[in-house]
Amino acid sequence: MPRLIFAIVLKLALLCGLSAMAQEATTPAAPDRSATGGAQTLDDILARQRGEPIDDSFRSMATGDPNSAAAMADQLGTLGGQSDPELWRALRYNSADLRVSAGGEVATVLVQDGGMRWLSVRQRPLRTYGGGLLLVTIGLLAIFFVLRGRVRVDAEKTGRTVTRFAFFERMAHWTLAGSFILLGVTGLLTLFGRVAIQPLLGKEVNSVLLIGSKWIHNSVSWAFMLALIVVFVLWVAHNIPNRLDLVWIRQFGGIVGKKHPPAKKFNAGQKLIFWSVILFGASISVSGLSLLFPFELPLFAKTFTILNDIGLPNWVGYGPLPTDLAPQEEMQLAQLWHAIVAFVLMAIIIAHIYIGTLGMEGAYDAMGTGEVDEAWAHQHHSIWLEEVQEKERAKPQEAGATAAE
Amino acid sequence: MKAMLAGFVLIGAIAVGSDFALDYAGFSAQERNSGAAVRLN
Repeated sequence: MPRLIFAIVLKLALLCGLSAMAQEATTPAAPDRSATGGAQTLDDILARQRGEPIDDSFRSMATGDPNSAAAMADQLGTLGGQSDPELWRALRYNSADLRVSAGGEVATVLVQDGGMRWLSVRQRPLRTYGGGLLLVTIGLLAIFFVLRGRVRVDAEKTGRTVTRFAFFERMAHWTLAGSFILLGVTGLLTLFGRVAIQPLLGKEVNSVLLIGSKWIHNSVSWAFMLALIVVFVLWVAHNIPNRLDLVWIRQFGGIVGKKHPPAKKFNAGQKLIFWSVILFGASISVSGLSLLFPFELPLFAKTFTILNDIGLPNWVGYGPLPTDLAPQEEMQLAQLWHAIVAFVLMAIIIAHIYIGTLGMEGAYDAMGTGEVDEAWAHQHHSIWLEEVQEKERAKPQEAGATAAE
Repeated sequence: MKAMLAGFVLIGAIAVGSDFALDYAGFSAQERNSGAAVRLN
């Protein structure tokens, strides 16, 4: 299973155009280019048009040699050992010795053809599969709601309530939830604005929405990251998996069927949501920080080096992943990773919102007022309810003992 | 409901605060990407 997940993730990464680079190790022997004097042949051009990996070192290495330049007074001496085509190739393959007055090393990259691969992935597969994932999730939940209906509280409500979440817990939850929804909506506007908003409302409206989205996305991200840390600290102890979770999973948590498995403060389903939010949220935060501070926090060359050292790409039949990435390439990969993981988390959160509102009677109260009916608590978190009641019963005894002293 | 509103107010406060703080610390895009010879103000 981990191998399968890794294969899927790697496949997504390779969609970003890394396949050509990752498979260079398996590129077939160079064709005979004697007829063109070493320049590219029709076979090279056709192979590139078919999207096949080609070894283009015959072009990338042909960038002239200033050391063997003719003297200035000699024929072609003014070229400094490098013809115009050779100079352009050096610029094209980022091997020219450039100096810039501003922008640092990043600005010395004048041509970065990986940008076109990033653009095509962002424009087609990312929008199609990402948007499709959200629509399919909503559709499946709608079908499930029609078939299953709302999970009702079986017993008569008692009218007595217990405190499920304290004020601070709920505030942390809503800070995380509100910031995530804002980030999700502004992220979607950024990705789909040109194809969904602009044709309907025009360029001006789309422009205003994008400028606003950028500010909200960049600024609200700090609230998300802070709330993510707070929520982790608050609830991690309650979300350690235990044997009860297996019972809960076997009985589908009472969501499918009529059984109501025992659970502590959080059941297995809630633990799954918790760890998804923490792990995917952390991954989104790290890639987001890399994007917030462009070129300051490159992640992928280091990550690919570690993966290559472990040998993971070989496990799924790929050559080593590229570790020599241009700064712009780092940003492009960070953007794609950020969006892919965000789509997965959005799908999970849509399911979470469904079960917390429409899907289950009484669930919203836990985060709304913080108070839940004892009948609800007994049905969904019976062990937790017993623990709370045990504590409540112990309180008067302790108070009485103190007064007697 | 109060907790929800408090959370939303906190989001706004952190968003505005972080924007001012990063700008003040010199992390604006124009500060980071312009050369020393460029006068920004």
